[in-house]
Amino acid sequence: MSQIPFDPERGKDYSLTGEQARLAEEAGLVSAQWYQCPVPRKRMKELMQRSDNRAIRDTAIWLGAMLVTGLGGYVFWGSAACVPFFLVYGLLYGTAANSRWHETGHGTAFKTRWMNDVVYQIACFMVMYEPQVWRWSHARHHTDTIIVGRDPEIVEPRPPRLSMIALKFLSLPHVYNVFKSLFLHASGQMSEEEKVFVPQTEFAKVYRTARIWLALHGLVIASALYLNSWLPLMYVLLPTIYGGWLSYAFGLTQHVGLAEDELDHRKNCRTIYMNPLFRFFYSDMNYHLEHHMFPMVPYHALAKLHEEIKDDCPPPYNSLVDAYREIIPTLMKQRKDPSFYIKRPIRERAPEASRTETSEHQESAFS
Amino acid sequence: MSNQWVEVCHVDDIDEEDVIRFDHQQKTYAVYRSHNSEYFATDGLCTHEKIHLADGLVMDFVIECPKHNGRFDYRNGKALNVPACVNLKTYPVKVEAGKVLLDTQGGGA
Repeated sequence: MSQIPFDPERGKDYSLTGEQARLAEEAGLVSAQWYQCPVPRKRMKELMQRSDNRAIRDTAIWLGAMLVTGLGGYVFWGSAACVPFFLVYGLLYGTAANSRWHETGHGTAFKTRWMNDVVYQIACFMVMYEPQVWRWSHARHHTDTIIVGRDPEIVEPRPPRLSMIALKFLSLPHVYNVFKSLFLHASGQMSEEEKVFVPQTEFAKVYRTARIWLALHGLVIASALYLNSWLPLMYVLLPTIYGGWLSYAFGLTQHVGLAEDELDHRKNCRTIYMNPLFRFFYSDMNYHLEHHMFPMVPYHALAKLHEEIKDDCPPPYNSLVDAYREIIPTLMKQRKDPSFYIKRPIRERAPEASRTETSEHQESAFS
Repeated sequence: MSNQWVEVCHVDDIDEEDVIRFDHQQKTYAVYRSHNSEYFATDGLCTHEKIHLADGLVMDFVIECPKHNGRFDYRNGKALNVPACVNLKTYPVKVEAGKVLLDTQGGGA
C-alpha cells in the first residue's frame, strides 16, 4: 500500500463522497491492517476487563455534581452568585457528557450493556450527538482513523480556518448543524454523506430520535417563552454551547496537526498526561493513542495500558499546554502549507514484528 | 452434510472464558471455552468488518470484537448489538480424549 501524495494545486476533498475516498481505496488505506504494539494476550485480557462499579461511581459523581450545581444555579438565579454554579454545570453537561457519550458508545464504560446504553442516550442528548448517526460515524472513525475521504470525524481539515475554530469553542457550528440535521432526519431523509456509513436498517431509528429530540427541545424553548425566563434553557441546550469549550480544547489535541493517511495510530494520535480533574471530565481519553490502538480497553485501564506500550510509542505530551505549544504553530503553518504536519518519532518495525501477539495456535494470517 | 472433524487443540490450551484463533484450510475460526468449560466455535472474523475475534474480549457467553465492540453470543452466533448486525456462523465442537475437535462442515447461522 502507498501513501497519497499531497497535491497543493487541488488540495484535499475531505468529504466521504469525493475523489479522496477513491484514492484512499486505491492506496490500500480502507479497512486496512493497523500497527499494534505487542501486548501478551494474558495481560491484554486483564486490561480489557469491565467493571460496573467504577463506572457507576464515576457516573454518580458526574450526575450528582450536575444536580448540586444545577440547584445552586436555581437558588441564586437572578444574582451574580449563580454564575459559578452554571459555569460548572455547563462543563459537566457540555464537556463531561462528551467523553461519557464516547465511552458508553464503545460499550466499555460499564460491564452491563444496558447501563452503557442508558448513559449513552443521556450523554448524546446533552452534547447533541445523534445517537445512531454518531455510533456509526465513530465506528468508521476507528476503522479508518484520519484517512481523508473515509473518516467522518476529522475535526480540522487542512488548511485550517481559524475563524471556524474560534466559533467551535462555543459549539455554535455544531449546534447549528445538528438542528439542520434534526430537521432533515425528522422529515425522513438522510444526507448523502450519512448514507455512506449508516446502514439503511438504522434510518428509521434516526428519524424517530430526531423527532423526539425536536419535541424535547421545543418543550424547553416553549417553557422559557411561557415563563419569560432564560432559566429552562440554562439547563438544556445553552449548556451545550457555553459548557462545551473544554471538550473542544481536549478534542483538538487528539489528532490535529498530526499525520493523515497513515496506518499507525502512533503517527496520528496524541497521548497527554493530565491532572485528575481533567481526566475525570475527559474519562481518561487523554490516553488517546492507547484508546485507538486498543479500543476494547475501558477508560479506567488506559493508564495501565500506556505503561505497557509506552516504550514502543512516541513520548507523550506532559500537559495540555505542552500539546498546544505544538498545535498552535502547526495550525498557523498549515494555513499556508497544508501539506505540513508533525511527524512523531517512532521506531519503525519490520512488518512481521508488527502483529499483535495472539494465541500460540495462530498458524498463519488470513485477512 | 457429512462431518469433517479436525483437531483444534488440547482442552487446556484455551483458558476459561477465553478464545483462540484457529486457522484451517484457508479459513479462520474462533474457538471458545466458556466459564463452565463448554467449548464452542464460530467464524473467526467479525461480520461487521473482518477483524479477528480471537483478539477480543469474552464475557460470559459473549464475544466482543476488539475493533468496534460489536458483541455476539458465541453459542449461537447471534449478533447482540451494533455495529454487529449479521450473525456469526457457528460450528459444532466436541471434546474427545482431552482434545477439542471442530466440525468444519457443520456450520450453522
